[in-house]
Amino acid sequence: MTTAEIERQWTTRLRKRVAGHLPPEKLLPDTQPAYVSSWIYVFGVTTIAALSMVILSGIILAIRGPQWWHSSSIGHFINSTHLWSVEIFFFAMIVHLWGKFFMAAWRGGRSLTWVTGVVTFLASVGTAFTGYVSQTNFDSQWISTQAKDGINATGVGSIFNVLNLGQMLMWHIVLLPLAAVILTTIHVLLVRVKGVVPPFEDEKGTTK
Amino acid sequence: MAYLWSLAALIPLDNYGHYIHWGVIDLSVANFIVIVLMILTFIAALFLPFPGRNRRKESQ
Repeated sequence: MTTAEIERQWTTRLRKRVAGHLPPEKLLPDTQPAYVSSWIYVFGVTTIAALSMVILSGIILAIRGPQWWHSSSIGHFINSTHLWSVEIFFFAMIVHLWGKFFMAAWRGGRSLTWVTGVVTFLASVGTAFTGYVSQTNFDSQWISTQAKDGINATGVGSIFNVLNLGQMLMWHIVLLPLAAVILTTIHVLLVRVKGVVPPFEDEKGTTK
Repeated sequence: MAYLWSLAALIPLDNYGHYIHWGVIDLSVANFIVIVLMILTFIAALFLPFPGRNRRKESQ
C-alpha cells in the first residue's frame, strides 16, 4: 500500500482529525485557568456524578425488576437512590444552566456546546417523565392518564402512547438514556476542545 | 434508627400536598422549596470563596 493510499483511508483521516482537535493533553488536562476556581464551575461535574449514580441504580433496578423494588427493603433503597440521584441531577443541571446562561457561555465559538447542553436537558426531561410513568404503581397510572391528553393534543400520541407501559419503559431504559449519555459525552468533548468559557473581563484581555 | 423515624414524622406525608396559586401559576410547596434552594445555591456558588483559590493565584 502506498503512502498516498494510506493517507486516503478514512481511519487515517479520522485519526488525524481527532488528534488535531483533541490531543491527549487537551482531552485530560492537568490544569485549568485560574477563573475556574469558583463554586459556579462545580455544577457541571456534579451533574455528571449524579448521572453516573442514576445509571448505576437504574441498572440494578433493571436487573431485579418491579416486584423487587416495590416489596423488598433493599429494593426500596435502590429505588430511592435512583429518585434522589435524579433530583440531584436536575438540581445541579439547573444551577449549571443558570451559571452558563449568565456567563453567555456560547461565546468564542462555543454555540454547539450550548446547544448540546440544551438538547441534553430536553432529553433528560423526557427520560424523567418516562421514568415517572414506568414506576408500575398508582402514581405512574395517575401521571400517565393526566399526561395523555396533553401529549395527544400535540399529535405525538399516535407514536408515543404514555398509557403503553412497555413502550414507556423501553423509552426510559434504552432510547432516552442512550441519547442523554451520547449528548453528554459530546457536550464534555466540546468543552475540552473549546475550553471553559472565560469571564467577560478575561475575554477583553485583562487577567483576573 | 428510631431517631430517623422521629425526624420523618416531622413532615406528614399522608396528607394532600400543599399548593401555591398565583394567577396562572399553580405550584406545589415541595417544588417551590426546591426552586428556592436552587436560587440560594446559585447565589452561594457566586459569592462563597473556593478553597485554594488564593494559593493558586499566588503560584501563578
